Amino acid sequence: MRRVAITGAGTINPLGHSVQATQQAMRDGVCGIGELDIRDVERLSIRLGGQVKGYDPDSRFNRQQLALFDRFTQFTLVAAEEAIAQSGLDFDGGLAAESGVVLGTSGGGLNTQDENYRAVYEEGKNRVHPFIVPKLMNNAAASHVSMRFNLKGPSFTVATACASSNHAMGQAFWLIRGGAAKVIVTGGSESMLCFGGVKAWEGLRVMSKDACRPFSANRNGMVQGEGAGVFVFEDYDHAKARSANILAEVVGFSMTSDAADIVMPSQDGAARAISGALKDAGINAEQVGYINAHGTGTAANDKTECAAVSNVFGHHANEVLISSTKSMHGHLIGGTGAVELLACLMALKDGVIAPTIGYQEPDPECALDVVPNEAREASVAYVLSNAFAFGGLNAVLALKKA
Amino acid sequence: MSENVKDRVIQIIAEQAVLEPADVSMDQSLSDLGVDSMGLVEAIFAIEESFDITVPFNANEPEKSDFDISSVASVVAAVEQFVAEKSA
Repeated sequence: MRRVAITGAGTINPLGHSVQATQQAMRDGVCGIGELDIRDVERLSIRLGGQVKGYDPDSRFNRQQLALFDRFTQFTLVAAEEAIAQSGLDFDGGLAAESGVVLGTSGGGLNTQDENYRAVYEEGKNRVHPFIVPKLMNNAAASHVSMRFNLKGPSFTVATACASSNHAMGQAFWLIRGGAAKVIVTGGSESMLCFGGVKAWEGLRVMSKDACRPFSANRNGMVQGEGAGVFVFEDYDHAKARSANILAEVVGFSMTSDAADIVMPSQDGAARAISGALKDAGINAEQVGYINAHGTGTAANDKTECAAVSNVFGHHANEVLISSTKSMHGHLIGGTGAVELLACLMALKDGVIAPTIGYQEPDPECALDVVPNEAREASVAYVLSNAFAFGGLNAVLALKKA
Repeated sequence: MSENVKDRVIQIIAEQAVLEPADVSMDQSLSDLGVDSMGLVEAIFAIEESFDITVPFNANEPEKSDFDISSVASVVAAVEQFVAEKSA
């Protein structure tokens, strides 16, 4: 089996337009959540979100490109460019055929769907732009990354709601570990903050109107965000041979299905995914110093997740640090695990644990060290990243300090 | 009007509970009737659509809501109040 290194990272999200800006914001406990600024917001009862601000599509892409790039594709390309530049790789020669793209998204081109349904239903237009289908399809982002960077190997899109990008990165890990690829550009992207997207979420009545406060007793729901995180996963020996800067090593992955309920999480399914990732990595719970939680800020997720961690970690649950950065950037749905992996890299590389901000009241059902409100210094050798999706599909990654 | 509100709310709850309206009594709780959290949000949606009202309810903190779901009677009373406020 091949070892897998991470040699590049890129992002655009509510906390920043680069990895450096995002990790600085995570250190500082910055909140990127605010009033939504989208069309028809006055008809929404939820007007809070983690929007990417200060981003001008016209400064990054030309008119022909924008005719084909939904916002989720734009975010992906911005993040991929940063990640691949950092890796120092180019895919001109034989490496192209051994390199691919595996990305997660849940809604794909939801803004494109929203705008064009509006055009034909509300505005009564009988014609839409010819490229709506290639713009809205869920694999558009993966395909455009493959075209932009000449990646000709295994490439596809994974859609498992809130676990999409962890599932995608897990597939990337397996493809390289099993020898099917040398390099996979992986992660995820989401852009659901449009009228129809938020309206659909309102219906579930799980959204907060004031803040995302994971693990806090007074938490009252999730807040949605948007953005992308993209990483270069590379065969470890390949990376070593070219003296690449290795940000971290991916050492374990596990996925499970609750087979129980379409929205309510299961402690058993989560616990099996967490213990599965440890087993796959060949480590025990005591070696894990930090867990990036799924931590959505809903009543149901946070207590179930804490119970699952306590169940798997036993006494070490009292020592391990666990935080939810969703408190700062919101829930990026299909892109969330990717942006949250930046907190994992920061923990391993810089010894800084991102906080759970907005934490106000201890909850006896979430009695773990959730790194409340302020970042903390800690030297950690291994970290886990949890993602538990609607539909009961769970994906947990294990990373090791390089 | 009030009787209509009561009948319609019971009809909506009965539909979620897969019962006949006659089998729903006012002192029962929604969980007594077998209405789970998803059935509850569907019932609220049906109530909002039927009466053209907005019901303030967050599934994360049901106890903080003005919408008292402890029994069928409390749901009917709350909906009657929302409908009265709307026409006031």
